Amino acid sequence: MKIIYTDALIIGGGLAGLRSAIAAKKKGLDTVLISMVPVRRSHSAAAQGGMQASLGNGKMSEGDNEDVHFSDTVKGSDWGCDQEVARMFVQTAPKAIRELAHWGVPWTRIRAGERTAIINTKKTIIKEDAHNEGLIQSRDFGGTKKWRTCYTADATGHTMLYAVANEANRLNVYMTHRKEAVSLITKDDQCCGAVVRDLITGKLGAYIAKGTMIATGGYGRIFKVSTNAVICKGTGAAIALETGIARLGNMEAIQFHPTPLFPSGILLTEGCRGDGGVLRDKDGYRFMPDYEPDKKDLASRDVVSRRMMEHIAKGKGVKSPYGEHLWLDISILGREHIEKNLRDVADISKTFAGIDPATGWMPVLPMQHYSMGGIRVKPNGESPTLKGLFCAGEAACWDLHGFNRLGGNSVSEAVVAGMIIGESFAEYCLGANITIDTDLINQKLQEQQTYLESLLKLNGTQSIFAIKTKMQEIMSAKVGIFRNAKDLQSAVDELQELYRECKNITIKNKKLHGNVELDDAYRVPRMIKIALCAAVGALQRCESRGAHTRTDYPKRDDANFLNRTLTYWKHPDDPLPTVEYEELDVMKMEIAPGFRGYGDKDNIIEHPGAAKRAEEITRITDELTAKHADRFTIQNALMPYELSPKYKAKNQRVGVGYE
Amino acid sequence: MSRKLTINILEYDPQDPSDRPKIVSFKMDETPSLSFYLVLKYIKEHLEPDLAYDVVCRAGICGSCAMIINGTPRLACKTLTNNFKETEFTLAPLAGFALIKDLSVNTGIWMKGMNKRVEAWVHQNTPMDISKIERKIDPDAADEVFELDRCIECGICVASCGTKLMREDFVGAVGLMKVARFRADPHDIRSDEEFYELIGDDNGIFGCMSLMGCEDNCPKELPLQNKIAYLRKKMVELG
Repeated sequence: MKIIYTDALIIGGGLAGLRSAIAAKKKGLDTVLISMVPVRRSHSAAAQGGMQASLGNGKMSEGDNEDVHFSDTVKGSDWGCDQEVARMFVQTAPKAIRELAHWGVPWTRIRAGERTAIINTKKTIIKEDAHNEGLIQSRDFGGTKKWRTCYTADATGHTMLYAVANEANRLNVYMTHRKEAVSLITKDDQCCGAVVRDLITGKLGAYIAKGTMIATGGYGRIFKVSTNAVICKGTGAAIALETGIARLGNMEAIQFHPTPLFPSGILLTEGCRGDGGVLRDKDGYRFMPDYEPDKKDLASRDVVSRRMMEHIAKGKGVKSPYGEHLWLDISILGREHIEKNLRDVADISKTFAGIDPATGWMPVLPMQHYSMGGIRVKPNGESPTLKGLFCAGEAACWDLHGFNRLGGNSVSEAVVAGMIIGESFAEYCLGANITIDTDLINQKLQEQQTYLESLLKLNGTQSIFAIKTKMQEIMSAKVGIFRNAKDLQSAVDELQELYRECKNITIKNKKLHGNVELDDAYRVPRMIKIALCAAVGALQRCESRGAHTRTDYPKRDDANFLNRTLTYWKHPDDPLPTVEYEELDVMKMEIAPGFRGYGDKDNIIEHPGAAKRAEEITRITDELTAKHADRFTIQNALMPYELSPKYKAKNQRVGVGYE
Repeated sequence: MSRKLTINILEYDPQDPSDRPKIVSFKMDETPSLSFYLVLKYIKEHLEPDLAYDVVCRAGICGSCAMIINGTPRLACKTLTNNFKETEFTLAPLAGFALIKDLSVNTGIWMKGMNKRVEAWVHQNTPMDISKIERKIDPDAADEVFELDRCIECGICVASCGTKLMREDFVGAVGLMKVARFRADPHDIRSDEEFYELIGDDNGIFGCMSLMGCEDNCPKELPLQNKIAYLRKKMVELG
């Protein structure tokens, strides 16, 4: 079994991994990126609608800046995010988008003059200033005060991923695909690399590195219906979990997107509603304004998904052989707009539902879409407990999104984290030293080899595919949009039973290569561990926050749960993860906990410190404003944060310069 | 009454010296909106647990699942059984790429080589300050680049190509489209002479015989022939 030595090992070749690899390579590090699939097939490519960055170029984004993006993100997270991380993110996002433009992302640009847009189902004329023609345009998305989402039609993730992959090629980054990390190599609470399986030959190898980064995306495929690609199994987070050292954060924080196509679960972008599309019920009635008079169809995703399910529960769903659904109507936008800006949506609708969305409505139903939880990392991207392990993008709980992510903040986070964390990761690798015996490496390799061979020898009655399906059904039925103690407890019990069943299987083909049944035989137990972390976290979080909705605890309970759930697997034989909590410090927040501006009102159990912090924020802001302090000074007084100077530099904007 | 489908799959494990290519038949019931990705998932989970095929997004955007379905290269996830009059289908691995096993082929390694060969990245010599307002780009030029940037490197154009059959090293419509894409990009400073160095031979722009298989089968409906013809005209002007 081969041993490969390198400076920087990156596991995962989506936007976050690729951008991090670029950061490492630019520092002169020997960099190796491994990916289960060719990097351009990564799930980042599936992002449709766009990337949030407060450029403030277009008419509808005038007045936008980092402060507005920050406020939207914090409210979107239902005060669950790390506000310092959110600040780092919003400050870097405009730079990320400009860097991507330089690398060739063909962002849709502003055209001077008048155009018609559909706003609140009415035709509205928007006039763009002539001197802004050619700058990057943005569209509307849910939960945002300004039109902030930059886009390339509805194939934004694709063009971003290709541009970053192109840049990695230009820099000659070593990327190798059809390689899967199956175990992290740790020694004295330090990560020294990974055991990696070649998915073509089935052979194991060890990659020994000064620093290791996991950027393997989310865990959507623990659910039965998900918009996620089939590779989003959460196994990157699972190998971190299996170290017994790294912690996972907020695994119960799982987003359900309002408008996947029903029943296939293929995503139809939020841009459909951002561009003016609306949701309708079985009577063709537009119901969202009744629930959310202010943001209507464009409240945050958690809110819209819940309102849709609430409306179906009232008997307003459209009945079909596969169950009930609602309609997404973009026909009001007109064929020309759809074929230019929502082209993949039209293609998906025609191919998979046989409906031309310029003339018909598309069947939609909320389904799993995004994992806010992941490997818990510090603002520099490193695990607080496992030295030398970094994580970025959806795989991480950095924690930008708290309990609900805003549309357009996912690809944005992936690239921005690749810049910020990629740089701190590279600096770590430059300074790090590891000492590891070849004997220990060989022992780790042999452990995995023995494990794989033992799976082939199992002689049980179950199919690993059936176990996987069962897990997905449990998660969708009992750890879904609406949760309660009884269902969650039964999910935890059933998942434990299912985990034991993984040893009661038989694999037909006895070869170590080209054996997809064997692949699942070691992946599914890891997926069940991830599912258990989510289910246990959800069971113990007796409140409703963002996407985590407990019907038995409908209020957001800041008094008891203004914290982050940490789960880890203490001993390999433990039946369940160990749960700890990490408090969020209300007195350090830039925005004190309050009402989000959408969703149910008067639904908060207040934190004892919230009012005090709110007063403090007002006092500091008033005092500084009286002294004519600028917004940066006020921000720094409220919540100082660290960021490398090149990313913390002020962002220039049209009309206001660096103000 | 749902239709009964017969699915014949070309199975072969080139890493197993004792294995020989064989066609294996499976029977299943057709369900509404049944894609070939779902067909393969069903066969794997119920009938042939080690059946190898590639799939990632299952939504027609990642380009992983190209294969030959009844003689034509197609994306398995975007091809639905009910669009065919036939009830018998034969699935074979995508031609022109290294076979991994059964329907799984290594398009990734081929595309990696192609991208390096045509230097598929923006060439520029001006450093940028990412704090500053971005360079203005003509909206039509941006749209044009986007149009050409939609390629998902699925390999269907390569598998549909007559030239590729005769010239192993032909860069394919995908490679020529990359050149067209960067040639159109206002950020890229390369001259036509420099592009000629990359593709000005029979394994490049002058190899295309305009048989149009690429455009006929492209799942993204890219204007391949039009762009290749224009590129050829520009390259001929230099030659």
